[in-house]
Amino acid sequence: MVQFSNEQMAEFNRLVSHYPEGKQKSALLPVLHLAQNSFGGWLSSETLDYVAELLQIQPIEVYEVATFYSMYNLKPVGKYMFEVCQTGPCMINGSDDIIAYIGEKLNIKPGETTADGLFTLKTVECLGACGYAPMMQMGKTYREHLTKEKVDAIIDECRKTAALNN
Amino acid sequence: MGVKLLLDKAHVEGIRYFETYRREGGYRSVEKALKQMSPETIVEEVKKSGLRGRGGAGFPAGMKWSFIAKPEGVPRHLVCNADESEPGTFKDRYLMEFIPHLLIEGLIVSSFALGSHDTYIYIRGEYAWIVDILEHAIEEAKANGFLGKNILGSGFDCNIYVHRGAGAYICGEETALIESLEGKRGNPRIKPPFPAIQGVWNRPTVVNNVETLAAVVPIINMGGEEYAKIGIGRSTGTKLISACGNINKPGVYEIDMTISVEEFIYSDEYCGGIANGKQLKACIPGGSSVPILPANLLLKTAKGETRLMNYESLSDGGFATGSMMGSGGFIILDEDQCIVKNTYTLARFYRHESCGQCSPCREGTGWMEKILKNIDTGKGKMSDIDLLWDIQRKIEGNTICPLGDAAAWPVAAAIRHFRDEFEWHVLNPEESQKRNYGLAHYADPIHVPA
Repeated sequence: MVQFSNEQMAEFNRLVSHYPEGKQKSALLPVLHLAQNSFGGWLSSETLDYVAELLQIQPIEVYEVATFYSMYNLKPVGKYMFEVCQTGPCMINGSDDIIAYIGEKLNIKPGETTADGLFTLKTVECLGACGYAPMMQMGKTYREHLTKEKVDAIIDECRKTAALNN
Repeated sequence: MGVKLLLDKAHVEGIRYFETYRREGGYRSVEKALKQMSPETIVEEVKKSGLRGRGGAGFPAGMKWSFIAKPEGVPRHLVCNADESEPGTFKDRYLMEFIPHLLIEGLIVSSFALGSHDTYIYIRGEYAWIVDILEHAIEEAKANGFLGKNILGSGFDCNIYVHRGAGAYICGEETALIESLEGKRGNPRIKPPFPAIQGVWNRPTVVNNVETLAAVVPIINMGGEEYAKIGIGRSTGTKLISACGNINKPGVYEIDMTISVEEFIYSDEYCGGIANGKQLKACIPGGSSVPILPANLLLKTAKGETRLMNYESLSDGGFATGSMMGSGGFIILDEDQCIVKNTYTLARFYRHESCGQCSPCREGTGWMEKILKNIDTGKGKMSDIDLLWDIQRKIEGNTICPLGDAAAWPVAAAIRHFRDEFEWHVLNPEESQKRNYGLAHYADPIHVPA
């Protein structure tokens, strides 16, 4: 069953408290981020229904928002998601090569997850790091000035961290 | 060295934290505003400063503030637009990441001027780590009596909240941003009513860009008239430019809008010239939505005058031979870049970001992307170029919000200035897959009609 822990519930209450009385729906976007982080990196229909119940709004109000914004994952993703920017300024600086290299190295195409569930590769549009291109988002942070060597190091680092946590 | 008003202290060690920021003279504008000024006089100072919206549209900020309705008993809100998503633009990120208290300080003064007791920062979802930086800065300001109840004994109460978006360029449009702040899809609203009358939760609302609100700090400290003396004409004050593409020194620069485009690109103080000793081919000077210009029209206007880095000069010649200051996202393309490919990636961006409300934008952006992809991959027809032109004209001006225009302009300008490159792709489908068209005449000295 999907349910926030006490700590997550405290964060939920903090987010809702930012908006006027009766306007708790305004907290929907931040609460969906919280839910996604809390329940395995994606939003199942069970999670969406749970969020609707917590915010006392109709499930459809949650569904229409979850399907509109690109950061919400509506299916399971890998433990590490490589979201590589492919818009103009990154393209000029070789993002196509980086995307191809990651795909080759992990043997997946954009939109796919490796069989071991560790990595998902996704192409995204401009993330506001144009001066530090090519780049990708990985969780909460940006990895910038990417080269093949840097990609190798990042993948190694992820594998090591995952092995340690197992 | 030009005048610096926003980033002059950005490199001081520890400036991200309250103690250092305050020691370096931070929060003086809050003391001055709350103790010596009335909301009306602050609005007057901002009007006198000539400050124009730094998000892209360039609308006079003081005038925007003066439109806010003040119905009895209805709360008003200031919302900071930190949804920076225009390709080529990363200046607000820089400001928030390195000198967050400058934004918080500007927000407190601006909230006082507008009567906003609950102020929001709408930040793009991807800037997740900056949410933490801002929330920390807000906590520090609160702990030091600059936020919360009865700020500095003035009787003014104010709280600032950070609202994180979730990946949608359209939410940079102010009415879409308001919808998103209400927990909805980012579909822009039909105007009127304008947000100043009916904004978030149907309350009077002002939405301003990060840089605009930060600029309120020097305006209050030095006075609107002094601020207006910096710059040229209606381009007053300083502007943050985020420079990227094929240059030696990509990054965020604060300029005083009197320097030439040529100096900005080639001087070591700024971009440091084109990378790898290549030649300049083209530039998108104000974020991906503004018209691309070939080198010859970038450095000099069609009249042969030196083009300057300011609102008037960059738009000199209209869309026929000029461009726009826009958001200050300055993208440089060198001789090896393909205009067709670049335009295709931008068209893909707008198709991805169209909210889908208006048919011309929803359908048109998809058609433009497909046609450009065909031309780029050697499958284009000559008639496709005219078809592209036709589609962009049918999008422009026919949508609720400016995303339609923003998608149309880059395609129009690419065809207007680089038609021969599109034709070369169509006529040489195989060769175009192996090499780029190159420089052609784009960097030649400009031809000035007699």
